[in-house]
Amino acid sequence: MKVTPDMNARTLYQKIWDDHVVEEFPDGTCLLMVDRQLAYESSIIPLERIAAAGRQVRRPSASLAMADHSVPTVPGVARAGRARKLAELCEQAGIAYLDPDDPRHGIVHVVGPEQGFTQPGLLMACADSHTSSHGALGALAFGIGTSEMEHVLSTQTLMQKPSRTMRIVLDGELPAGVVGKDLALAMIHAIGAAGGVGHAVEFAGTAVERLPMSGRLTLCNMAVEGGARSGMIAPDEITFEWLEGRPWSPKGALWDAAVAYWRTLRSDPDARFDREIRLDVGALVPQVTWGTSPDEVVGIDGRVPDPAEAPNERVAAAWQRSLDYMGLTPGTALRDVTIDRVFIGSCTNSRLDDLREAARILRGRRVAPGVHAMAVPGSGLVRAQAEAEGLDRVFLEAGFEWRLPGCSMCFGSPNDSVAAGERCASTSNRNFESRQGKDARTHLVSPAMAAAAAVAGHFVDIRELGEA
Amino acid sequence: MRPFTTLTGIAAPLPWSNVNTDDIWPGPGASPVLKAGRMPLQAPPDQHGPNAFAAVRWNDDLTPKPEFVLNRAPYDRAEILIARDNFGCGSSREMAVWALAAIGFRCVIAPSFGDIFHNNCFPNGVLPVRLPELVVEDLLRQAEDPDARFTVDLVNLQVTAPDGSVHAFAVGDYQRTMLLEGLDEITATLSRVPEINRAEAAYFARRPWLAPEALPAAE
Repeated sequence: MKVTPDMNARTLYQKIWDDHVVEEFPDGTCLLMVDRQLAYESSIIPLERIAAAGRQVRRPSASLAMADHSVPTVPGVARAGRARKLAELCEQAGIAYLDPDDPRHGIVHVVGPEQGFTQPGLLMACADSHTSSHGALGALAFGIGTSEMEHVLSTQTLMQKPSRTMRIVLDGELPAGVVGKDLALAMIHAIGAAGGVGHAVEFAGTAVERLPMSGRLTLCNMAVEGGARSGMIAPDEITFEWLEGRPWSPKGALWDAAVAYWRTLRSDPDARFDREIRLDVGALVPQVTWGTSPDEVVGIDGRVPDPAEAPNERVAAAWQRSLDYMGLTPGTALRDVTIDRVFIGSCTNSRLDDLREAARILRGRRVAPGVHAMAVPGSGLVRAQAEAEGLDRVFLEAGFEWRLPGCSMCFGSPNDSVAAGERCASTSNRNFESRQGKDARTHLVSPAMAAAAAVAGHFVDIRELGEA
Repeated sequence: MRPFTTLTGIAAPLPWSNVNTDDIWPGPGASPVLKAGRMPLQAPPDQHGPNAFAAVRWNDDLTPKPEFVLNRAPYDRAEILIARDNFGCGSSREMAVWALAAIGFRCVIAPSFGDIFHNNCFPNGVLPVRLPELVVEDLLRQAEDPDARFTVDLVNLQVTAPDGSVHAFAVGDYQRTMLLEGLDEITATLSRVPEINRAEAAYFARRPWLAPEALPAAE
């Protein structure tokens, strides 16, 4: 029996980090190899700068590009010029580009895992904060800015200081109707919107082990809303099963070699984390945000909090500002909050499981009068499979719009936005002031909770909703 | 890149927590500046100034909101911004840093920063300074005096407050040197291509399924 802890024990994060170091500098900053990057409209400027500087994209095959933020999701509407610009630049650089007409096109964070482009052990980057999503497959993936993206495309490396490590252990068997989105919101409520700042998070625990890949992607997607630039889950049988046979996945003997390596990608039993958080989620109820920060969350059986009961003056002031913006009164039951809009989509919740869970609620029901609702699949392949299962009919017959893939109403864009003062039940990731449109009010929920709110015209507890 | 060594100037107090990059650089759906077409979405970095804090800084008709700190003298000339924790959280949009730099900010002081925003500051010659929460609260109070002047010294890694108190801060040596000398990081890394080539060759040898020649046909 081992008595002393193994001093060489490493976390999953440290293992992947170490595997990618080119050079370490005295202050701990490392030059790291980047395996793969996803490019969307935010890579137009980096690609233009590289061309203008007379430089080369170092390894074109390391990039996969598609336009997701600017593409209209209404069928028949001409695509924006940004997609064409990205297509041109990718062609010049020799980067694989998925045209909006390609059935594999979609939101980068949906398409990466779907194509098997995302794999365990990879160091991945994208000029988008929700790149943390890809940690669901055991990749170290994080968002970067425009300048860092130019650095990655030019050198296939990044200069980074290692983060502190945090393990968030979520234990328990999730009750029926409680899904990855609820875990994500409960986790952010527990650590706070700044709780993960400066940390690389690893999610573990029995609830995470049982979570399907869709829920894992939702959880890691929202790590960044808890302040952590990356969130990851050790790869396991669910991961390998997800990846086997995907277009970018290794084949034959290389698949076997890859899986053998991937099995080593877990934190050693003696590995030390700078911070460790444990949450029992066995009795978790569906979660709803009430404010303008993703940590302002209550259970559906809860009430809008009262600043008079805030832990301190600064929190009270923040709550009051949120309440004023959201037009809510302390003590109001979440169930009594009425909504005008419903958005099911975004890189957080636009996968097949998300659409299935929403459709289960919507089958045989109708959207309440005065509510505008839309479903936006995350990729062309998700949309096609949903249609093969008849889910499009369920959404359309319930009174939803059924859109083409893209980021759509996650952020206020000329394509889709929530009007001033309107209240939206949204499956996206940010409830910031004016995020979905100027003075729009956003409540973050799971797909099934959004569907139920669409039908009732106000938030409802899906656990009390029977078959229609 | 413009080097940063020391700076003495006005600091604007923004006593908000969790200021996100949608607040700092609101998107087309939220920004009166972008809605009015006053500034193209794809403007070069130094032209993003009008969109800095646009939703709280401008009315819909683009007249200034007088209550917002950056619309009041002398803070309309501030080069330092002081805010509460988790400044720059949210989206990775580097436009947030571009917009701040374009209206004259060269330093942001806060107890903590969103990680991506923090990294985005350096290539744009903006210095993010982390100081303890209680110190920041004190600096916020001192900045309320319109005659107050703050000094940020990257050479000696310290902030001197108007009351003469001195507060040490830390920045990684690598980033500090880049900023002090105004160096371009890509140029610096391209000088390390031989090391990158060696590391990649060894990497592909131990992870053969990732070698470019082993990739499944990309069509």
